[in-house]
Amino acid sequence: MEIKEIKERFIEKILLLIAFSSITILALITFFIFGEGLPLIWKIGPKAFLLGERWVPSQGEFGILPMIVGSFWVTFGSLLLGIPLGLACAIFLCEWTPPWAGMILRSAIQVLAGIPSVVYGFWGLVVLVPLIRNFLGGPGLSILSGSLILSIMILPTIISISEDSLKALPPNYKAGAFALGATHWQTIWRVLIPAARSGIVASIILGMGRALGETMAMIMILGNAVKMPSSILDSARTLTTNIGIEMGYASGDHRQALFAAGVILFLIIMLLNSLAIVLSRRRAG
Amino acid sequence: MKIERGRYLTQNIAKILIWMAALSTMAVMALIVFQVLWEGLPVLSLSFFLDSPRSMGREGGIFSTIIGTFALTIVAILFATPLGVGTAIFLWEYTREGRISRTIRFGIGCLAGVPSIIFGLFGFVFFVIYLNMGWSILSGGLTMAALILPTIISATEEALKAIPYSFREVSYSLGGTKWQTVTRAVIPSALPGIFTGIILGICRSIEETAVVILTAGSSLLIPTSLFSPVRTMSVHFYILAREGISMEMAYGTGAALILLVLVVNIVANFLLHRYARKKT
Repeated sequence: MEIKEIKERFIEKILLLIAFSSITILALITFFIFGEGLPLIWKIGPKAFLLGERWVPSQGEFGILPMIVGSFWVTFGSLLLGIPLGLACAIFLCEWTPPWAGMILRSAIQVLAGIPSVVYGFWGLVVLVPLIRNFLGGPGLSILSGSLILSIMILPTIISISEDSLKALPPNYKAGAFALGATHWQTIWRVLIPAARSGIVASIILGMGRALGETMAMIMILGNAVKMPSSILDSARTLTTNIGIEMGYASGDHRQALFAAGVILFLIIMLLNSLAIVLSRRRAG
Repeated sequence: MKIERGRYLTQNIAKILIWMAALSTMAVMALIVFQVLWEGLPVLSLSFFLDSPRSMGREGGIFSTIIGTFALTIVAILFATPLGVGTAIFLWEYTREGRISRTIRFGIGCLAGVPSIIFGLFGFVFFVIYLNMGWSILSGGLTMAALILPTIISATEEALKAIPYSFREVSYSLGGTKWQTVTRAVIPSALPGIFTGIILGICRSIEETAVVILTAGSSLLIPTSLFSPVRTMSVHFYILAREGISMEMAYGTGAALILLVLVVNIVANFLLHRYARKKT
C-alpha cells in the first residue's frame, strides 16, 4: 500500500509539472524576446522607436511607425469584410440552413482552415494582385489585396467561435421571441445576436489577432515598401512582415530592433488575448 | 398590414444577403483550391515526389522537402502529445476549478493566440542560439511543439469532458487508484479526441512557414540527423514563388501541399469512424 501511495503522489506531481508547461513556454517566450528587444528600445528611446517614421537599419534609424500604421490598416480592412461575412455564415449555419447546405459550408470552412497560409499568399499574388493592378491601378501589391486575403483567412476563426456562442444560447430565448410574434429575422437580429454578443466579440478579437500575426502570406502580397501608406492601393509593410523579411540577414542592433518590434507585437496580441479570454469567461459564467 | 409587409421584406432581404455570404465563402474556397490544383496537378508525377530539387528547385522534384516536413512534424508531435495530454488530464482529472487551473487555462489561451512569427523569434534565440542547437530539425520541431501544444490540450480536454462520470466511478468502486482509473478507463475512451488533436497538430506543422524558416533553416539537402537543417514543403513553396524561381514547380508543390492536408484529414476521419464503430 505504501509504495502504491507514493507512486500516486509522484504521478500527481509530474502531471502538475507538465500542466505548467504552457505557462513555462509563455514565460520563456516573454523572457527571451524582451531580453533581446528591450535594450534597443531603451537605447534609442521608446518615442523614437514607436513614432519614428524612418526605418533605415544601415544608418541606425529604427522607427516602426510605418509598420504599425501598415498593420493597423491591413487588419482593419480584413475585419471590415471578415466580420459581416463571418457573422452571416455563422447565422446561416445555426439558423437558416437546409442540412445539405450547412454540410457543404461546414466542409468548405474546414478546407479554408486547412489551406496553408503561403497558398493564400500565392493565390493572392497570381489572381488578386493582377486584377487590382489592371482595374484599380497602382502596383497591385497593396493594402487592399492584403486585406482581402486576410479577411478570407480569418473567416474560419470568426465563424466557428460565433457559431458556438449562438448555439450555446438557451432555446427559450428563441421560443420567447417567436411567442411575441417576432419574425425569424427579428429574433436573430434583436434577440439572439445581442445575447451572444460577448462570444461574437471574442471571435472578432481572436480573428483580429490572427490577422495581426499573419506573416508569410502578407510578405507575398503587400509589396513591402517601407513608407507611410497613403491609400489602400499603396504597398505597405506590417510589423510581422518586417520581421519575416529582414530576420534572415539582420545582425547587431538591426536584429535587436526586429526583436523590439516583436515585443510591441507581442504586447498588442497579449492585450487582445486577455480581452478575448475575459469575454468568453463572462459568456460561460 | 403595411408594417407586417415591411417586416417580412426585411427578413427576405436578410435571407438573401446571408445566402450570398454563405455562397461566396464556398465559392472562394473552391476558387483557391481549383486554381492551385488545376495548374499544379499536371506537374505532379512519381519523379516529382521522388527526386530531390536541383538548381535551387528549378528542376527535379521535392523529395528532400517531403522528408523535412515529415521529420519536423514527427519531432513536434512526439514532444507536444505527452505534454498536451498530460496537461488536459491534470486539468480534468486531478484538480478542481480553482486558482491553479484558471492560471493554467489563461496560459494556454494566451499561448494559442501568439502569432507564429513570435514563436519563430523565440525558437531562434532560445533553441538555435542559446541552447546552441543551430538551424536544425530539433530546433524547428521543438518550436513547433510549443506552437501546437494548445491545440492538443483543447482537443483532449473536449474528449475528457465528454466521458460520463460513471466510467470513473466504476473504476474506483473496483478499487482502482486514480492513476489506474485514468490510464485504464479514461484515456482509452478519450483516444479519438486525442487523435483529433494530433491530426490538427500535424496539419498545423505541415502548413507552418515562419517558424521553420527561422528555426530549421532552408537547406535542400536530405537531413542525416536531428541536427541537420531542413526545408519543409511550405517553405520550399514560399521560396519558389517569392523568389520567382519556377512558377511551374511552385504550383506543383502547392498542389502537393493541399493534397497532403486533405489526405491527412480524410484518413483521420476514416479512422475515427472505424474506431467509433468498433466501440459500439
